[in-house]
Amino acid sequence: MVKRGAGSGLFVLAVRTGAAIPCPESGQAVDSSAGDRSLGLNIAVLVKQVPSSEARIKVAADGRSIDPTDVEYVINPYDEYAIEAALQVKEKFGGEVVAIALGPQRVEEALRTCLALGADRAVSLRDSSFGDPALLERSSLARARVLAAAVRKLGSEVVFAGKVSIDEDNSATGVQVAELLGWPHVSVATRLEWVDAAHAKVSREIEGASEELEVALPALLTANKGLNEPRYPSLKGIMAAKKKPMDTWDAAALELDQAAVGAGAGRISIRSLEPPPARTAGQIWTGDAREMVTKVVAALKNDRKLI
Amino acid sequence: MARFQGLDFYSIDQSLSPDERQVRDLVRDWVTNEVLPGIEQHAREGTFPLHLIPKMGEELGLFGSNFNDYGCAGLSAIAYGLIMQELERGDSGLRSFASVQGSLVMYPIREFGSEAQKERWLPLLRRGAAIGCFGLTEPDHGSDPGGMETRAVRTDRGWLLSGTKMWITNGSIADVAVVWARTEDGIRGFLVERGTPGFTTSDVKRKFSLRASVTSELSFQDCEVPADSILSKTTGLKNPLMCLNQARYGIAWGAIGAAQACYDAALRYTLARTQFGKPLAAFQLVQNKLCQMVTEITKAQLLALQLGRLKDQGQAKPALVSLAKRNNVAIALDIARTARDMLGANGITDEYPVGRHMVNLESVSTYEGTHDIHALIVGHAVTGIEAFA
Repeated sequence: MVKRGAGSGLFVLAVRTGAAIPCPESGQAVDSSAGDRSLGLNIAVLVKQVPSSEARIKVAADGRSIDPTDVEYVINPYDEYAIEAALQVKEKFGGEVVAIALGPQRVEEALRTCLALGADRAVSLRDSSFGDPALLERSSLARARVLAAAVRKLGSEVVFAGKVSIDEDNSATGVQVAELLGWPHVSVATRLEWVDAAHAKVSREIEGASEELEVALPALLTANKGLNEPRYPSLKGIMAAKKKPMDTWDAAALELDQAAVGAGAGRISIRSLEPPPARTAGQIWTGDAREMVTKVVAALKNDRKLI
Repeated sequence: MARFQGLDFYSIDQSLSPDERQVRDLVRDWVTNEVLPGIEQHAREGTFPLHLIPKMGEELGLFGSNFNDYGCAGLSAIAYGLIMQELERGDSGLRSFASVQGSLVMYPIREFGSEAQKERWLPLLRRGAAIGCFGLTEPDHGSDPGGMETRAVRTDRGWLLSGTKMWITNGSIADVAVVWARTEDGIRGFLVERGTPGFTTSDVKRKFSLRASVTSELSFQDCEVPADSILSKTTGLKNPLMCLNQARYGIAWGAIGAAQACYDAALRYTLARTQFGKPLAAFQLVQNKLCQMVTEITKAQLLALQLGRLKDQGQAKPALVSLAKRNNVAIALDIARTARDMLGANGITDEYPVGRHMVNLESVSTYEGTHDIHALIVGHAVTGIEAFA
């Protein structure tokens, strides 16, 4: 069970074995097929679509959100390592990989890429069907509640997610999903080695050192860069993906209480978003070396009062 | 690395299906990550990036991706064209490799070969585990392949080939050559394996163009091949022309990729470079050139898109393919030259891809039917009068 030191950002991890503890927020039963290892592992990967790092971000008219017009959305780069890890464990032990994404309809494009890469099926959780898309956009807890409910419905035994999404940089959703499921998690995994189909050795980078952990399934792992080398989809994979199932689940399908994800469920609210201030032009001094040094020293002393 | 943003001035992306866009983006990213970092070095040294072949074949499945059997992906003509476009944004030599492998080797084996030939070669060629080449052009017979001098004569055990093929892409690295030769029953195709006694190759050296591509001469001197080497369903010159029609379709798309690379370089350069106190892109003459590039690329995209739709309906007649190949390569070459001009002195170095595309496109304009020959094919189609001779 993972415990988070209050506000410290540190994790104390103890390995726990055995079946999943029922979620504290819901009595929903785990799919009874879970745990039958003869059928291989039940694997899920959480995928988020984020603005490409090249996108020019504009604040929307409400001053509290991003204007999605002309923004190119891509799979969160850390999720690519999560997808690869999920596919590799399937290749090792057999089973099924389900890709899950929460967001507007466009996330289905990311899910199609997961299917092309080799995921067996996909679950699209359209944010508009959960009451308040804006809340789901800003509240990692609300997102985690929806995602955890989907994982529970699937009866997944191991879940992979990126260590962080590059849009909001909170590193929160993955570990919150683990908490809601009552599962252990290992975050920021940089190396993963399977002892058997129920136990994994995981390395994670910590300040100045590398931490080696062993974790028993069910468990959630968040992937760091370097965990593996994500594959490219093949053209056959892209064509095969067209025939793979993509389910759309709403709050009713997940037996989710609207109060848990709807208006008022967020623990944080965004007051305003502002672009970084425009950079002012630099100052160029000219002359020979002596003149320039004199001018720079004078500027630092008199204008900036730095020396 | 960030995804290359291709020019899409007319929102043509909307006309593509999600899987067509997905295929395009896959190859686009792959070219950015795996091809562009080393391509100038290969062009400089005159070597083909052999290490990319298994990636294009086994990993991505680009070879013969428009076929739907023997493990191929069964893509639409548009998706296939988009792959060619993205490969040629990398380098015309890379696209040439894929065109030859798919349209000029896998296609004739699939169309004209026996079951045994298909079973043997198509899976290997698809994976890139075998490389193919296409021998039609001869030293003295380019635009007029019907004048070919290479002959195949029946022997007790098979066929005796003699003659020379010239300007053969992949020639010396090929495991199998599709060779066209005159027989007493007209022009027939043969599969000749590397190492067959009497079959030798030598590379064309000191090329200005397609430097990151292998171009060879194939020589057949009393080269005896077994009876089952013949592509049994071949009957005449129209068979190699059917192959060329496939490859020319890919070139019509590929040229757009080279043009996009040059336009992108010119746009970035003129926005960044300041002269007379403002970016080059702020000058009217520069904007006029950019406008011309955008116009011609957009027209080429629309031509290729409609041609692809017709091809999927089985209606891409050869004259339509000729018009698109001719136009799209011509505008790409023109854009490359204009981009070179806009980059000033920097345009003559390989710090920028423009010079490489420019000289590559000189070959692309000439091979697979020259610019002028395609004018005659379109001319024939509209007048009913052949003006080739």
